[in-house]
Amino acid sequence: MTDSNENSNAASVDDTGVFGDAMAERERKPVTPVISRKISERDTLSLDDEVSKITVNNLNLFYGEDQALHDVNLVIPEKKVTAFIGPSGCGKSTLLRCFNRMNDLVDICRIKGDINMDGQNIYDPKVDVAELRRNVGMVFQKPNPFPKSIYENVAYGLRLQGVKSKRVLDEVVEKSLRAAALWDEVKDRLQDNAFGMSGGQQQRLVIARAIAIEPEVILLDEPASALDPISTLKIEELINELKRDYTIIIVTHNMQQAARVSDYTAFMYMGKLIEFGDTDTLFTNPSKKQTEDYITGRYG
Amino acid sequence: MKQWFKSGAPWIWLNGGAVALSMIMVFGLIGLIAVRGFGHFWPSDVAYIEINEPQADAPQVLIGELVRSQVIPAAVARDSGEQVPESVDLVTRHLLKLGNRDQTGQDFSWFLQLYMEPWEYPENIYVIERREWGNFYGQPVALLENGDVVATAEQADFFDQVQTRIERSLSIYDDIEDLEGGEISDINRTLERLRLDERGLAIREVPEEVASAERDRIAAERESLNNSYGVIRQELDALYDSTRRDTLRMRISDGREVDITLGTIVRVTAPNAMSGFDKPLQYVERLWEFMTDEPREANTEGGIFPAIFGTVTMVFVMSIIVTPFGILAAIYLREYAKQGLMTRIIRISVYNLAGVPSIVYGVFGLGFFVYFLGGSIDEMFYETSLPTPTFGTPGLFWASLTLALLTLPIVIVSTEEGLSRIPSTIRQGSLALGATKSETLWKVIVPLATPAMMTGLILAIARAAGEVAPLMLVGVVKLAPSLPVDGEFPFIHLDRKIMHLGFHIYDVGFQSPNVEAARPLVYATAMVLVMLIVILNLTAISIRNRLREKYRSASD
Repeated sequence: MTDSNENSNAASVDDTGVFGDAMAERERKPVTPVISRKISERDTLSLDDEVSKITVNNLNLFYGEDQALHDVNLVIPEKKVTAFIGPSGCGKSTLLRCFNRMNDLVDICRIKGDINMDGQNIYDPKVDVAELRRNVGMVFQKPNPFPKSIYENVAYGLRLQGVKSKRVLDEVVEKSLRAAALWDEVKDRLQDNAFGMSGGQQQRLVIARAIAIEPEVILLDEPASALDPISTLKIEELINELKRDYTIIIVTHNMQQAARVSDYTAFMYMGKLIEFGDTDTLFTNPSKKQTEDYITGRYG
Repeated sequence: MKQWFKSGAPWIWLNGGAVALSMIMVFGLIGLIAVRGFGHFWPSDVAYIEINEPQADAPQVLIGELVRSQVIPAAVARDSGEQVPESVDLVTRHLLKLGNRDQTGQDFSWFLQLYMEPWEYPENIYVIERREWGNFYGQPVALLENGDVVATAEQADFFDQVQTRIERSLSIYDDIEDLEGGEISDINRTLERLRLDERGLAIREVPEEVASAERDRIAAERESLNNSYGVIRQELDALYDSTRRDTLRMRISDGREVDITLGTIVRVTAPNAMSGFDKPLQYVERLWEFMTDEPREANTEGGIFPAIFGTVTMVFVMSIIVTPFGILAAIYLREYAKQGLMTRIIRISVYNLAGVPSIVYGVFGLGFFVYFLGGSIDEMFYETSLPTPTFGTPGLFWASLTLALLTLPIVIVSTEEGLSRIPSTIRQGSLALGATKSETLWKVIVPLATPAMMTGLILAIARAAGEVAPLMLVGVVKLAPSLPVDGEFPFIHLDRKIMHLGFHIYDVGFQSPNVEAARPLVYATAMVLVMLIVILNLTAISIRNRLREKYRSASD
C-alpha cells in the first residue's frame, strides 16, 4: 500500500499546484473557500442540526453469494454535500447506486434492509422505479451523453415526461445549462452533436441533463475522475453551487476533493461504514484508527 | 538472408502479395465480364468475304461479323473434312456470325483463312435486327409498298427512306402493343372476373332470385364486352395489315433475293457506313435497349428489363420483410431475454442457419410457403378461381419470403453485435433519468445501433440479389408475362411470377437453343447483375455512413 500512498501524495502535490491559483481566484468570489472556512468554523456543523433526507437502515447487499455491504446505517442530510470515501472495492459506489436502485439492473444483486427517502422506503414494491430515478438523478464516472444534439440531451428527461411545449423546453434547457455553468460555452451550438464537446463539457452537460428534471437528490459517482484538473475544478465549483438546491452525494477516490467539496464524509472499508461525520472532524480528528490510517496514507 | 527473415520483410511481402493476387482476380473477373458482355453492343463492321476453294467451281460468298479467330493444327482441319494442302501445318480459322437463320439455318460457322480473298467492307451491307430469327445480313435491292417498288438501292437517300418507313411501322407496332396490353387485357380481366363471379354463384348457397339476377347481369356484361372486343379486334387487324404494307428486298450472300416485311424489323443499320461518331451513338442506343426492353426470341435477343425489375422488386420486398423481423428478434435476444442456456441454443441455431445451403431454403419455401401457406390462402380467399392457384403457386411473395428467411440470420447477427457494442453507461444514463427500459431502448439504444442494422441489411441484400438456386423453386421463371408492379390495383402483385437476373444468366447460358448467340448476353447480364448489386450496396453503405457520422464516437 505504501506505493499507492506515495502516488496519491504525488497527485496531491500536483493538485495543489493547479488549484493553488484557482483557490485564490475563488476567494474573491462570494463563494466561501471550502477548506479554510471549514477548518475555522468546523464546530458549527453538526448532524443534529440537519434535516435528514435519506436514512439507511441495516442495509446488506449481496452479489450472488458475496456480501458487498454489511449493516450500513447512515443519514444523508438535506441540501448538503455528503462524500463517500474509501479504497477501491469498499462498496461506496454500490451504496450510491442503492439510492436510485441502479443495482436493480444487476440480476444477481439482492438487498436486505431499507432506505427511506422522506420517510418512504424506496425498496417498497409499490415504488415506481422510474419515478424514483426522476427524483434521484445520477452522474457517472465517464461522461455519457446521448448521441443527440446538446439541446436534445438536456431536454431528454423532460420529453420522457411528455413535455412538448417548445417554450418550456427552451426555458428549461437554458436554465439547466446555466446552472451547470455551460450555457456561455454552448449557447451558439445547441444543435451540435454532444459528442463534439470536450470531456469536461460533456460531464457538465450530463449534470445539466440530470438537473433539468429537477431531482431532489443528485448522485455523483466519481464525476471528475476522468477529467483534467481545470475541468475538475469547474465541476467542484458547480457542486458548491448546486448544494443550495439539491442534496448531493458524491463518491470520490480523491480525498482532497472530498475535503474540498463535502460537508459530511463517510469512510467505508470492506463493505462496512467505518466512520461518518462532518468533513472537518473526519479529516482532522478521526475517531477510528482505520479512518486515520486511510486519510493519512498509512493504510494497510 | 537470416537477417532478412528476421526483419519481417518476407511477412509484409507475403501479405502484400495476397492483396495483389486478390485484386487481380477481382478486377480480372469484372474486366472479363465487362469486355465480353458490353463488347456485344458495339456495331462492328460486317465483312464481305469470297472463298475460292480449288475444287469448287464458283467462289463462295460470306457476309457476316467476325466473332473470334483461332489457330489449329492442319490435321484437325483435315479431320473435319476441309481441303488443306500437305505442306501446311497450322491453319487459322474464323468464327463468323452470318445471321439469316431462317434462310440458311446456320448463323454461326467456322471458315478457314486458307482460301479467303482479302476481306472487304462494302458500305451497302445492312444489318437488320428482327423480332424473330435473329439478325439478317445482306445488301439492299429495293423498297416496296404493297408490292410496288418505290425506291431502289441506287438512290442516294435509300437508307433514309428505309429509316422513315421503319419508324412508321415501329410506331404502329407501339399502338398495337398499347391496344393489346391496355384495352384487350382490360377486357380479358373483366371477363375473368365475370367467370369467377359465375363460379362463385355455383359454389356458394345463393337464393334463386338473387342468383338469376346475377346471372342476367353477368350475361349482359359479357355481351357488351364481347361487342367492344370485336371493335378493338377490327382496329387491331387494320393495324396489323398496315404494318405489312412495306417490304424491304435484300440480296443475301448466295445471291438470292429475300423480301422482309418492315413490320418484323426492329432496326436497320449499315455499320460499315457509320462514322466514328455514329458508332458510339449506336452503341449507347443498343445498350439502352438492352437495359430497358423486354427479351425476344427465348431471351437471346432484346433486353433484360423485366429481369432487372424483378430482381430489384424482389430484393425490396425481401428487405421490407427481413428488416423488422431480424431487428425485433435481435433486440429481444439481446435486451429482453434472460441470458442463459436457452438464448445460447437459439443463438447457435441462428448462426448455423446462415450456413444451410440455399437450395434447402428453396425446398422449404416450396413445401411450406407455396403449397401449405399459399394453398391455405387460396382455399380461404380465392376459392372461386380454384383449381387455378393464385397464391398456391410460386410467385414474388414466396420468393421474397424464402430469401428473407435465408438472410434472417445475417440481420440478426449483425444487429446483435451492434447492440452489444453500445456502452452500458449510455443505457444507465437514460435509466438514471427515469426512462423505462423500453423508452431507453427506442430513444437511445436502437438509434445508436442503426448503423449495425444497416450493415446487416447490406449483407442481406448482397446475398439475396445474387441467389438463384432457391428462386427456381419458389417464383422465378424464364419469361414472365407481366411485371410485378403496374398501374392496376393493388399495384404490387405479390402473386405474380418474376424474372431474375441470376436465373436469366442460367437460362440464357445453358437452356438456350443458340449458344453462340446467347454467349455475349450471358456476360452482359452478369455484368448488369454485378452492377445492380454494387448499386444496391452503395446505396445502403452511404445511408449507413451517414448514420455513423451522426452517432460518431459513441462507442469510443
